[in-house]
Amino acid sequence: MSNFLIILDISKTHLFAKKKQTAVAALGVTFGIGMFIIMMSFMTGLNELLDGLVLNRTPHVQIYNKIEPTVTQPIDRYLNAANQLNHIESVKPKSRLERIHNALPILSELKKNDKVKGATPQTTCKVFYRAGTNNLNGIINGIEVNEEVRLFNFKEYIVEGDVNSLIKKKNSILLGSGIAKNLSLRVGDKIQVSNTNGANFSLTIGGIYQSGLADVDDIQSYVNLKMAQQILGVGGNYISRIHVKLIDLEDAVPFSRVIENIYDVKAMDIKTANAQFDTGSDIRTLISYAVSITLLIVAGFGIYNILNMFIYEKMNDIAILKATGFTGTDVMLMFIVQALAIGIMGAALGLSLGYGVSVIIDNIPFNTEALPTIKTYPINYDPLFYLTGIVFALISTFLAGYLPARKARNIDPVEIIRGQ
Amino acid sequence: MITKNTPILETRNVNKYFLEPVKFHVLKDVSLQLYRKEFVSIMGKSGCGKSTLLYILSTMDTEYEGELRIDGETMSHQSHDELARIRNEKIGFVFQFHYLLPEFTVLKNVMLPALKLGKESESTIKKNALQKLEILGIQDQAYKKASRISGGQKQRVSIARALINNPKIIMGDEPTGNLDSKNSRIVFDVLRELSTELDMAMLIVTHDHDFANKTDRIIEMEDGYILNNK
Ligand SMILES: Nc1ncnc2c1ncn2[C@@H]1O[C@H](COP(=O)(O)OP(=O)(O)O)[C@@H](O)[C@H]1O
Ligand SMILES: [Mg+2]
Repeated sequence: MSNFLIILDISKTHLFAKKKQTAVAALGVTFGIGMFIIMMSFMTGLNELLDGLVLNRTPHVQIYNKIEPTVTQPIDRYLNAANQLNHIESVKPKSRLERIHNALPILSELKKNDKVKGATPQTTCKVFYRAGTNNLNGIINGIEVNEEVRLFNFKEYIVEGDVNSLIKKKNSILLGSGIAKNLSLRVGDKIQVSNTNGANFSLTIGGIYQSGLADVDDIQSYVNLKMAQQILGVGGNYISRIHVKLIDLEDAVPFSRVIENIYDVKAMDIKTANAQFDTGSDIRTLISYAVSITLLIVAGFGIYNILNMFIYEKMNDIAILKATGFTGTDVMLMFIVQALAIGIMGAALGLSLGYGVSVIIDNIPFNTEALPTIKTYPINYDPLFYLTGIVFALISTFLAGYLPARKARNIDPVEIIRGQ
Repeated sequence: MITKNTPILETRNVNKYFLEPVKFHVLKDVSLQLYRKEFVSIMGKSGCGKSTLLYILSTMDTEYEGELRIDGETMSHQSHDELARIRNEKIGFVFQFHYLLPEFTVLKNVMLPALKLGKESESTIKKNALQKLEILGIQDQAYKKASRISGGQKQRVSIARALINNPKIIMGDEPTGNLDSKNSRIVFDVLRELSTELDMAMLIVTHDHDFANKTDRIIEMEDGYILNNK
């Protein structure tokens, strides 16, 4: 039997003789690790859900027409502004069309770019929805359905009907859920739409669109790009905005600057559009870590206390072992082994507890109008949390065991034996 | 009848002080020799320093001045781990109070020092341990927990444990001090037999004059001095 096996054997006997205290110490670790896993799985699950809500659905860069006052006013060009002060009250932007100038060449340039995952055109028109005698103000967006589905999870918004109906039938519409409700319309029904000039179009409802934001769902619907251009009475090159998805989200800010420099357009990046978003996820992650680490530290103190008590109770054993030829290091190892055994048992149980509760949470129904695709609470089963949990449990129990064990190493057997 | 060549254990001018609560010179110029197979008893009034001396001789206490040689080797400047190894291999110690590991079986208590020494296989060690228990007449207790046997039995188990590595020296600090006369005689007889049959020197602190008179030599102590070497 090697030296270490003897130490293991002695440690085992000590632990089994103190089942209750061992169990209590291990349960401290179990609780700490379990909570860590539950918190992290749930919090990051929530983060991912919100990421999915905002980041996956939001274009990384939105390109639209600039509506800003001209920087150099005509009078400055005529009367040199360097020599005299030209002052104009209430400068207004020049009236311009709501379309991107040269949209199609820009679109094909974008699609060729290495950093771009995809770019889709949209054409927006103001309309009235009519059913019977009712008239509702609204907006219709013309889209390329396949690309919207591929890049922006568009399919997730279609709560009834078929997203592909737009491809199958030209005069199909994906109606906003609020409009459908207000006008008592269902999939398959017909709806009359008139443009600002009063021209009427008859569309078939192919599906119901629900973003979860009432303001949007009450006015917005989607049709095929061509259909929207027809409603507006414009040609195929009339594009209101281009939505760009990049391969790497981090490129959004510099990429939008480049676009603004090259083309005469406004490019809005997702960071500017959702500035508050990142901080939210970061804070949730930070809180999870802070709470979990606190729990693990408390568990560590539990182990430290119980091991101190073990050592106090085992003074005689330590003295005998040392008197019969065991070294201080042997004795120290004995107690470190006991601490680690408690840590490993506790961690194993904690992982099971964490996984078990995660599965339960994952199955609790969570229905909300705002998130039509979510049926249960979100859980992230990242193995990294389980790994972190084990590593942290082992490190903290090792430290909690090391300090008392070092004390045991230095116990002078003579003092104990003489004390009798 | 006893071969007196080189001493198995020897001290030269050992002095020891306790600093707490006040400085106290507890051992004064202690020089003694213990030869192979010798059975020596140490006697003296309570508080004269017998236990203190024995802790130094057993290498457990390293806070002293002077020289200690065991089996020709000097013990000063040895590391604690090295001293533990020497203690494990060459010295068997029997305490006044039966010091056993209460949660282990009697057999395991006897086996542990040999397992630590690691010179033999576990099965051989087990066989030897059972044999030592048999010498002391308690092999039937082998598989009981050490906390479940009587005081006299415990003391015999601790002697079996002291014997397990066939050490050169057995030291005892009043090993019969807590035993009745019958158990006391058993212990004495066993020690006597071992010192002649096996190559073991005995150094036993005792208050029992009958016990001491049957040993080869009595070392008498008073106030930290060794009085005579009869
Ligand atoms: N740790 C200690 N600190 C101070 N004095 C001690 C200590 N241990 C023992 N003594 C004193 O040293 C003397 C010798 O003690 P000890 O060796 O136990 O005597 P014996 O075993 O001969 O009865 C006693 O006077 C005792 O009070
Ligand atoms: Mg004493």
